[in-house]
Amino acid sequence: MALIELINLYQRYGERDILKNINLSIERGEVFALIGPTGSGKTTLLRLIDLIDRPASGKIRFDDADTDAPAAVRLDMRRRMAFVLQKPVVFNLSVYDNVACALRWRGIKGSRLKEKVNHIIDVVGMSDYRSRNARQLSGGEVQRVAIARAIALEPEVLLLDEPTANLDPLSAARIEELISSIIKSYAATIIMATHDLAQGQRLADRIGVLMNGELQQAGGARDVFASPRNREVAEFVGVENIIDGVIMSSEDKIVNIESAGRSIEAISDYAVGEAVCACIRPEDVTLALSRISSSARNSFEGEIKWLVSMGPLTRVELQCGFPLVAMVTKRSAEEMGLSKGKKVFATFKATAIHVIKRN
Amino acid sequence: MIAVSGREVLTELWHGLIKAIELIVTLDPEVIQVAGRSLRIAITSSLLASAICLPVASLIYFNRFRGKRFLISLIQTFYSVPTVAVGLFVFVFISRAGPLGALGLLFSPTAIVIGQMVLITPVLLGLTISALSGVDRALIDTARSLGASRFQTALVTLREARFAVMAAVIMAFGRAISEVGISLMVGGNIRGFTRVITTAISLETSKGDIELSLALGIILISIALIINIILNRVQQR
Repeated sequence: MALIELINLYQRYGERDILKNINLSIERGEVFALIGPTGSGKTTLLRLIDLIDRPASGKIRFDDADTDAPAAVRLDMRRRMAFVLQKPVVFNLSVYDNVACALRWRGIKGSRLKEKVNHIIDVVGMSDYRSRNARQLSGGEVQRVAIARAIALEPEVLLLDEPTANLDPLSAARIEELISSIIKSYAATIIMATHDLAQGQRLADRIGVLMNGELQQAGGARDVFASPRNREVAEFVGVENIIDGVIMSSEDKIVNIESAGRSIEAISDYAVGEAVCACIRPEDVTLALSRISSSARNSFEGEIKWLVSMGPLTRVELQCGFPLVAMVTKRSAEEMGLSKGKKVFATFKATAIHVIKRN
Repeated sequence: MIAVSGREVLTELWHGLIKAIELIVTLDPEVIQVAGRSLRIAITSSLLASAICLPVASLIYFNRFRGKRFLISLIQTFYSVPTVAVGLFVFVFISRAGPLGALGLLFSPTAIVIGQMVLITPVLLGLTISALSGVDRALIDTARSLGASRFQTALVTLREARFAVMAAVIMAFGRAISEVGISLMVGGNIRGFTRVITTAISLETSKGDIELSLALGIILISIALIINIILNRVQQR
């Protein structure tokens, strides 16, 4: 039984649809990352899940109960969750009182309150700042207080909105470390919004890609990155080679995709005549100075347009009728004498291609 | 001629001032009694009005309802309501023939308190609402996301806006202690009972007792000065 269920959810501000037909189930204990570019509706969705706003239409079910209920019922549900906002705001009080206030609202007081607050402040590493006014803290420290305030409540659901955005790289790394340790030590269900794909991949069990208010794809992190469902998701998750073409022939799921007069062999269920994109990861493209005979089904002659050294790797941009990016080690680039204008053969396997339908 | 009379006035003022300071320094019973009553009445009306207006302002701010903007601009319109108008309004209500006539409040300190409360209610409501609007919306969201009830959210917001709210209360007190129309009309300026600084000044001046008027005037201005200093301090926080 899913802990949170979103059914045909819409949110509208004025004339604009911020969220369109969101359907999603989150299981208890799951870490779910909501990824998408800025303005895609991630915050709006989190606000709906935390029952701060009500949706324009659609249903949210929390622990098998409808959340479209009177304010008192929604308050009880909201008290089982905690939400760390993107730009966390601390109350104009000490760090201690900031962490304590939400516990006090739940009627916790005396030595139990004190013990709990002090413990959590230790957990987030803010013991030296206990009696400092929270308004005087740095961005990373404010984020710590905000997270402390949330986990002190021992929520069943922890919602994090861009927990490391607006932080310097060092503070961001520390906060991510903190979140990762929270994931390990608390059995909470965590839903986090991030525009940082790598962060989503590192922390989450499952990823949902939200673009223009629509949930484009949800699934295991590897699935989303390896098999994006459409061109937008492919572009967003950083697939560099997206080659538009049309399926010209198909036999036993082996298709020939024609693009710019070249024929690319790939594996796909789509039928002849279908407009598709062929996605190839740059790491899967092999370069050679002459045509090599191998099991790889695709080999194209192309001219090197651009070379960029990226640490141990070299990124090679080719033109083989269609643009193609290959990633090779710096050493092989040097040994092969790769340079701008040089003719090379780019080779990749039919199985390395992910075919998606074009809209 | 004019120069001479001008000098005479100045001399009279100077003597008056000396006597006035004497009255204050020697803690003249009449001065102390009138000043004390003024303070007591203004503090009472400010506190009572605050106790009513702070929750009401929160209710207005946190609820969405039809005509909210109109209500707020109506409140702001009444910031500068003439004190005699309020005096007249309260007079009609509590005079013997009025709806509250049976309570026998007319010409009592209670009547002044009621009048001052009516006078400062718009200022208190309006300034408290704008103090609350000054609080970051994200802070209210934060409180709600941490499970605050509506009442707890309102308390947190008021606490965040505490300096601006305090400024509103002080402003209201300043308006209450300096008004004369209400005290005169519903208080009656009865010596030893409802005579306050402002009514005493207007009476004594018309009687020609410039020293007492000046002494009370100095006290009133000192109170205004102290209020201003506190207000400045508070707003700098």
